Amino acid sequence: MLNRLRDLRDPVHFSFDGVPMQAERGDTLAVALLAAGVNHVRRTGISGAARGPYCLMGVCFECLVTVDGVQNRQACLIEVDDEMDVLSQQGAPSLPMPVDDGEGSKQ
Amino acid sequence: MSHRHVSTADSLLAFYDLLIIGAGPAGMAAAIEATRAGARVVILDENPRPGGQIYREITRNVPAHRPYLGPDYWKGKALAEAFTGTNADYVPGATVWSMESQGEGVEKGNCVVGISLGGVARMIEASAVILATGAIERPMPIPGWTLPGVLTAGAAQIALKSAGVVPQGPIVLAGCGPLLYLLATQLLDAGVSNMTLLDTSDPNRRLAALRHLPGFLVSPYLLKGLTLLLKAKRSIHIVSGIRSLAIVGKEDVEGVRFTTARGHETVSANSVLLHQGVIPAINLASAAGCALKWNEVQRTFQPASDEVGCTSARGIYVAGDGAGIGGALAAEVSGRIAAITALSNIGTVAQHAVVGKLKRLRHERRRYLRGRAFLDVLYAPQQEFLTPSDPQTIVCRCEEITAGQVRDAIALGPPGPNQLKTFIRCGMGPCQGRLCATTVTEIMAGERGTNPSEIGTYRLRSPVKPVRLAELARLPHRPSALMAVTGRDPVDHHTTNKETHHD
Repeated sequence: MLNRLRDLRDPVHFSFDGVPMQAERGDTLAVALLAAGVNHVRRTGISGAARGPYCLMGVCFECLVTVDGVQNRQACLIEVDDEMDVLSQQGAPSLPMPVDDGEGSKQ
Repeated sequence: MSHRHVSTADSLLAFYDLLIIGAGPAGMAAAIEATRAGARVVILDENPRPGGQIYREITRNVPAHRPYLGPDYWKGKALAEAFTGTNADYVPGATVWSMESQGEGVEKGNCVVGISLGGVARMIEASAVILATGAIERPMPIPGWTLPGVLTAGAAQIALKSAGVVPQGPIVLAGCGPLLYLLATQLLDAGVSNMTLLDTSDPNRRLAALRHLPGFLVSPYLLKGLTLLLKAKRSIHIVSGIRSLAIVGKEDVEGVRFTTARGHETVSANSVLLHQGVIPAINLASAAGCALKWNEVQRTFQPASDEVGCTSARGIYVAGDGAGIGGALAAEVSGRIAAITALSNIGTVAQHAVVGKLKRLRHERRRYLRGRAFLDVLYAPQQEFLTPSDPQTIVCRCEEITAGQVRDAIALGPPGPNQLKTFIRCGMGPCQGRLCATTVTEIMAGERGTNPSEIGTYRLRSPVKPVRLAELARLPHRPSALMAVTGRDPVDHHTTNKETHHD
């Protein structure tokens, strides 16, 4: 979690998992989330462990979030913007399953 | 005059004389030098604004609002202003995901670079490419390093530079190297208290480093280094002689357990900042086919290059920390050297006209590199932090592969890291081995009693950064690509279809 040394001067309004949040214009989304008190941005697809931003420079891919419907965006490489709709990623996404045709097909 | 800010893939030219990747000190300096010589230059960068990590947000920051950043940071202001004044095409927010060197199969003998910008992929060509991709932090695999609340020291510095934000206390800084002390004093100046610094540097190294002391005594970094150490020692709780570390907590950082000669201790923490020095970011160079070499002093692989930035791949040059760690001042000079070399090789400037200039620049760079060996040896990472002994320690953060699993797989006898990767998926996640490659090589070298240079590192392939399939599918289908997929010449194919219709 990060603390701001100065009050917001030019606030941007965005949301994370539906919760309204504020950041300074020009902040990267990863910094905006950490400064808004969000430590967990996703759960891993393997063990389900909580993860948060780690390197803040595009190297580690820990800060992957869904931004305005687009999955796996690196939050540290994009700027936060007004009305940005940000979602945490909970484990591996599931693919839509084919409808069972009633023929007992296992393939 | 001002650089052209390119924000859509469509507005890029199809061809440039020189394409530069990375807008840190090396990339900006290369762009300045090359545009002065009249070359058509494009500079691609992942970040929203120029400066790289060292001069992060330098174009927007002013000393009055960020007084704690120190004079070396503000040195970047003049460079960034000069860069902004060039006529280069500047492309922020761009991802470079592939690069092909000049050679067979590449039309017109140019380098071909795959980029993604604003959700659209595009292939562009250039006579020469300079990789100014900078450094990444050396991975520091210790138990608990994946817990939220753990950042790299570099990340904390980026947050401070870019947004004026600081980690929530109590803060533990752990590891070794000059950056750790620099960050500690910057945080102090920003008004942060409640910091503990756990110094993992090996006291036995001091003797080995003495051999390089004369160089350091004339280093431009000497005074800065001593001032930092004194200031940190006065105001921060420092524990030296750390032998092992573990971050404790369930879903967030709660504290750090450490071992010294006096035994085990635990200190509570809300934020942990790790650092173990920096290493070149080599993924793009490696995927482009540039030969790599092992640097024993800096304990890292780096692109093999000569004194003027030429790699083993035709038309591809390296500059700055991405070519071997040398710091911001040396990076700036090496960016200029690489630009001059590239332009003289493609004939934009006459070779004989630049001989004297290159000589002067190489002399200048040597001055900035003085004392580097002293720091490299003094702050060489301890074995425990290169090759974690606890088998539960995660090595590959993406695929959650532990040190124990890596050692078990090595015992099965894979010839190198590439085969090990296919056995256990270590290095196959989205970061493409950036956070595990050095650890895997070090563990394998340790298990086999050999040197990392004998082990090698992952063979990397494009795309070096994840890119959406939809973006790739929308790329124009060149005849060679259609031929590769269908196995038929697209022109003949077309004719055949036509004939069928006539029937």
